[in-house]
Amino acid sequence: MITVKDLTGGYAGGEVLKSISFEVGKGELFGILGPNGSGKTTLLKMISGALNSREGLIELDGRPLIQYSPKQLARMMAVLPQHADQAFPYTVKETVSLGRYAHQKSWFNSWNDEDEQIVQKVMKQTGIVHLEEKSIVELSGGEKQRVFLAQALAQQPKILLLDEPTNHLDLSFQKELLDLLKKWAAEAELTVVSIFHDLNLASLYCDRLLLMENGEVLIVDTPLEVLKEERIRKVYKTEIKNHPHPEIARPQLLLVPETDSTAQVKIDERFLEISKERIVLQTPLKMRTMSSGITGAGIGWHRSFVNRIVPMDYDCSDHKAEMADYLDSYGFQPGETVGMMTAVPADTACYRLFENEAHSIFVIVSAGSTHRDRPRNINTWLFINGRISEEAFIQSAMTAAEAKASVLQELEASVVSSGVHSAGISTDSICIAATQQGELISYAGTATPLGKLISEGIYSTTKEAIMKYREMQTTLIRRN
Amino acid sequence: MQKPFTRTYLNKKGFAYTAGASFLVISMLLGISIGSVSIPVRAIVNIIGSEIFRLQGEGIDPMHASIVMEIRLPRVLLAGLVGASLAIAGAAFQGLLRNPLADPYTLGISSGASIGAVITLFFGISLPVAGAFTLPVLSILFAFGTVLFVLFFARKVDRLLKVETIILTGIILSSFLGSFISLMIALSGEELRQIIGWLLGSVSMRGWEYIKIILPFFIIGLLILLTNTRELNAMSFGEERAQHLGVNVERRKLLILLSGSLLTGSAVAVSGTIGFVGLVIPHLARTIWGPDHRHLLPLSILIGSGFLILADLVSRTVIAPSELPIGVITALIGAPVFALILMKNRKERSAG
Repeated sequence: MITVKDLTGGYAGGEVLKSISFEVGKGELFGILGPNGSGKTTLLKMISGALNSREGLIELDGRPLIQYSPKQLARMMAVLPQHADQAFPYTVKETVSLGRYAHQKSWFNSWNDEDEQIVQKVMKQTGIVHLEEKSIVELSGGEKQRVFLAQALAQQPKILLLDEPTNHLDLSFQKELLDLLKKWAAEAELTVVSIFHDLNLASLYCDRLLLMENGEVLIVDTPLEVLKEERIRKVYKTEIKNHPHPEIARPQLLLVPETDSTAQVKIDERFLEISKERIVLQTPLKMRTMSSGITGAGIGWHRSFVNRIVPMDYDCSDHKAEMADYLDSYGFQPGETVGMMTAVPADTACYRLFENEAHSIFVIVSAGSTHRDRPRNINTWLFINGRISEEAFIQSAMTAAEAKASVLQELEASVVSSGVHSAGISTDSICIAATQQGELISYAGTATPLGKLISEGIYSTTKEAIMKYREMQTTLIRRN
Repeated sequence: MQKPFTRTYLNKKGFAYTAGASFLVISMLLGISIGSVSIPVRAIVNIIGSEIFRLQGEGIDPMHASIVMEIRLPRVLLAGLVGASLAIAGAAFQGLLRNPLADPYTLGISSGASIGAVITLFFGISLPVAGAFTLPVLSILFAFGTVLFVLFFARKVDRLLKVETIILTGIILSSFLGSFISLMIALSGEELRQIIGWLLGSVSMRGWEYIKIILPFFIIGLLILLTNTRELNAMSFGEERAQHLGVNVERRKLLILLSGSLLTGSAVAVSGTIGFVGLVIPHLARTIWGPDHRHLLPLSILIGSGFLILADLVSRTVIAPSELPIGVITALIGAPVFALILMKNRKERSAG
């Protein structure tokens, strides 16, 4: 639909664009990205015909741009301005009706039924019918934007150019506008080319993206390819994190603000508090966590960690809600807390700080494992004093699971009564928490230094905890 | 306010034209009727009916007939044409320049026309063919020359011919030409009163010849502007926006500027510099009936001509038997009205 070949030029006294080439297909939603001053707006102005190029070619629907008369061009392509002058208080309908200018034949038979129908249709589509007789100077930014969108649509274009259409719009209007554009692109084969400031919106809605830097095309590809962490960090010269959208398969980029990371925190037994009712660890800063407990499960940021001791016969149909109430009643914020449950007595829990040259971890395990007809229950907390990647989180979980499995295998092989003891119905929970301070640690597999430390820590603490529990059980039986 | 407003929309436009036309007719009748010799309206109708439409008139006083046909009617028509020219040119310039404060003077057109006239008076020039019409002919030529120069200069500065550049060029040229006029006034002796009188503007003792001078320019300018009303609507949203809507901006802009300067130049040529009509009348019409140029231009013509006829009436009756320059009257009425409109608009804008 749009072909741009070797486009070069800009304003007088300087070349802004250098040999730009790309193509946009029919019905495509095409985003143009780039830092300030990279030439996005200049490029859009050249495609719209508002600015002439020095060299190169722009073709619309297979015909060079310069061969279009102004009216033909307006029937082919509409432009939604970033902001339009409103020197005079035209009504909304008068403003939208101007979109029909290019379709009107002469001065005399200026307005016909078709024009009227189209104006009514686009006002309905953009939801501004109720504003029809209002003056445009009285409208809010979002309403104005919709009026000018209606004006552009009244041109019945095949191509729609937009310059940061979501500027000045509320979140819900941003979504509404882009949803509409997406729908029109799909249903009416409207080709949409838009500049975006917001990389995440562009990623969510565009079929393809063009990334510009210093007047040149860096890459034209799908959002997944274009929005690579490294590339964006380099082009925008800022610290960002790539994170996939939780609902749809599109990348999302998150800014990382400068933090005052002078206060290094090391998690150890100083923060731990064990009572008969619960094991609690509270950290001075929020920890990045990945856990499988009852409260705060999944990935998140938490500062309180609670392992609640419940009676053997604890039974509740909605244990999540009950747990939240419990935490609340003891002054823990459920939103900031990772909560687990166990029937294992608190005093059999074991904890220890493990350190090597580079890394330091704090492990707490509460384990009960010998009742054959009862589900096994080992709750593991692993605190890593350092900044670890998402891969490292997953690898930590794997490493910890392997260490635990080998303890169980070893111990249970020696217990004759247990027989063929498979893992059984496990209600084990794990929580891995990292302070996210200091140098980034990318990997935590068993072969890495951190992995080795985790392996060692989990192995010895779990073993100790199980032994302690068995000892207690034995004492209880002997006493009886 | 919304539903009934929609329903009466067409009626409202119809009412606007009726009101405007009535205002013009009443102004004309008053302008012809009132003076040192008062002529009843019935007599005016009879005289015009018999003299122009060749109807049988009864009981027409020959003295009345000669006053109407030779003095008052041409004077009223000339005032009406000048008022209409200035108002429509002002409306067009305001739309084109997207500035409600713009008018023919902003572009230097009036100054250009004035300098043509002042040169004629100062040097006592008489062109061979034009003869008695040397002054109007030179005025129009100078007005034209000024607009061409402004456009040429603005294009040199900025190839895209941006509105801001045009306004700035107009203002610079205007003050430059203004100082020339002052210089000639300072150097003149005998002609001083004549020059000052002309600069303040008047439509007295001009006769039918001056109507013949202004009429063709008026008709040409009017037709061009009335065929560009939708383009003016589009251009009042900015030139780039207009281009995206399909307007051939450069060509339309040139057409509107040229026809506007034609109207202004010919008006200044026959009546001198009469200020505030081109500024206040379009502004007033826009405030009452909205900014749509398809209606704004015709309505500005009706109101502008009626207003100048009344202003002329005041100028010749208020200190009769002497006359005030009409430019004084328009400024006296126009400036405060304009200030009021400006204040009201500002208040509305800050309240909204």
